[in-house]
Amino acid sequence: MSFTIKQILTGDLPRLGQAPPLAADPYLIPVSLRVNGQEHQLRLEPRVSLLDALREFIGLTGTKKGCNQGACGACTVLVDGERVNSCLTFAVMHEGRDITTIEGLGEPEDLHPLQAAFIEHDGFQCGYCTPGQICSAVAMLREVAQGDASFVSADLTAPAVELTDVEMRERMSGNICRCGAYVGIMNAIREVYEQQLTGPRA
Amino acid sequence: MRAFTYTRAAEAETAVGALSQNAEAKLIGGGTNLVDLMRENVERPNEVVDINRLPFSQIEELPDGSLRLGALARNSHTANHPLVRERYPVLAQALLSAASPQLRNLATNGGNLLQRTRCYYFYDVTAPCNKREPGSGCGALGGYNRIHAILGTSEQCIATHPSDMAVALAALDAVVQVQGPSGPRSIPIGEFHRLPGDTPEIDTNLRHDELITAIDLPALPVARNSIYLKVRDRPSFAFALVSVAGALALADSHIRAVRLALGGVAHKPWRAHRAEEILTGAPASAEVFRRAAEAELQAAVGYEYNAFKIELATRSLVRALTTLTERHFA
Repeated sequence: MSFTIKQILTGDLPRLGQAPPLAADPYLIPVSLRVNGQEHQLRLEPRVSLLDALREFIGLTGTKKGCNQGACGACTVLVDGERVNSCLTFAVMHEGRDITTIEGLGEPEDLHPLQAAFIEHDGFQCGYCTPGQICSAVAMLREVAQGDASFVSADLTAPAVELTDVEMRERMSGNICRCGAYVGIMNAIREVYEQQLTGPRA
Repeated sequence: MRAFTYTRAAEAETAVGALSQNAEAKLIGGGTNLVDLMRENVERPNEVVDINRLPFSQIEELPDGSLRLGALARNSHTANHPLVRERYPVLAQALLSAASPQLRNLATNGGNLLQRTRCYYFYDVTAPCNKREPGSGCGALGGYNRIHAILGTSEQCIATHPSDMAVALAALDAVVQVQGPSGPRSIPIGEFHRLPGDTPEIDTNLRHDELITAIDLPALPVARNSIYLKVRDRPSFAFALVSVAGALALADSHIRAVRLALGGVAHKPWRAHRAEEILTGAPASAEVFRRAAEAELQAAVGYEYNAFKIELATRSLVRALTTLTERHFA
């Protein structure tokens, strides 16, 4: 089976289908998750992570499982607009929250600016970390726009930050790329950052 | 991961009640450490109580000028609160130095204090560890102990506390507000975490049936000139080998007020009282800084792979004080 770059970047891949139910289990509880604007009624064990719920129960396999311990960032999704590691949180804790995955950012024919920029700048090689990188970058640019400081920000009292290379590396340090495509990733994010500073897309 | 029952607490009393009734119950906030430990079978609760809907997410100024950080406020929100950035830069920096943005968005202030050590032997359920399994021995004492403690250790445990936030809180004399079955009480941060002694399995003086509701920062003018210096193996997303939380106020080139705490060196955030005593009232000079730092580390004991931390901590204290002095005159 082979996939196009656009399929990988948007998570538009063949569905694995529903995981088999975990037998009749007293620990199964009803969970309602709103993912990319769509409600999903599930019955889950509470120990199912948000990541596994997305991939194995809802079939959204764009979000990737890397380390499964919060160290690599491949599982990054947005919860109420904020980036989080979906591997380190239980799905049942997210009832009522707005969850956005790579599939919710853009479609193959209508890419999110960051998805398009990652293609334009070769921001990946194998593509495995890419959905996490892009979700993370979406939130990171919003954090910069609202003036959030980072550990490398020289002046914590400054209301605005400029996204220098040093700032970008620090702010994206939660996403590891084993192919080492960091130069392309940085260039892709920078292009969208500069578009947002000057262009119509706010 | 052991199966567990999940409940969502709508009130603090419900959460406290669940803890009172079940010695194996655990509260979950961000879950960034707990979920990981459960997956490794280091933590095996049979009941998990979700406290994320409790009303402890606010950050607010109190009438006496102190700042109350809700226990469920996220580390990222706390770091970027305007009053934290302005009045307690050491805390903002400590929070921003920790983990990754994704983790800081989940991690809560209360949970940060209750993190378990990242000692490899604690995490490895096949290794001996007195903290995980009292009486089983300590794998770190004669093992690979590069990240371990040099101050306040015991024959039972040489683990360090991993939090950056708690080191800043120690320097700031924060107060932890908790609620238990018989009502609220306050625990000064210096008495919150424990040294290992003969009971390394007990990290803190928080009782099993108590819940952290807030962390209070006293009004502290000296904290406006403050810094969190973190020394680690890579410049981002790594735990501290040694860290320093420092605050300094000078008057006529003499030290009027100083706060210092060390991270990465002990089972708890290490408030550097001895160094502070020597520094207070003394001229702000490199020689005085070095003498105070050496006095603080005088009781330090290095193990096979971590003896470097003694000199590293000494120099880190000097560097933090030097930087704060330069900023004072800038």
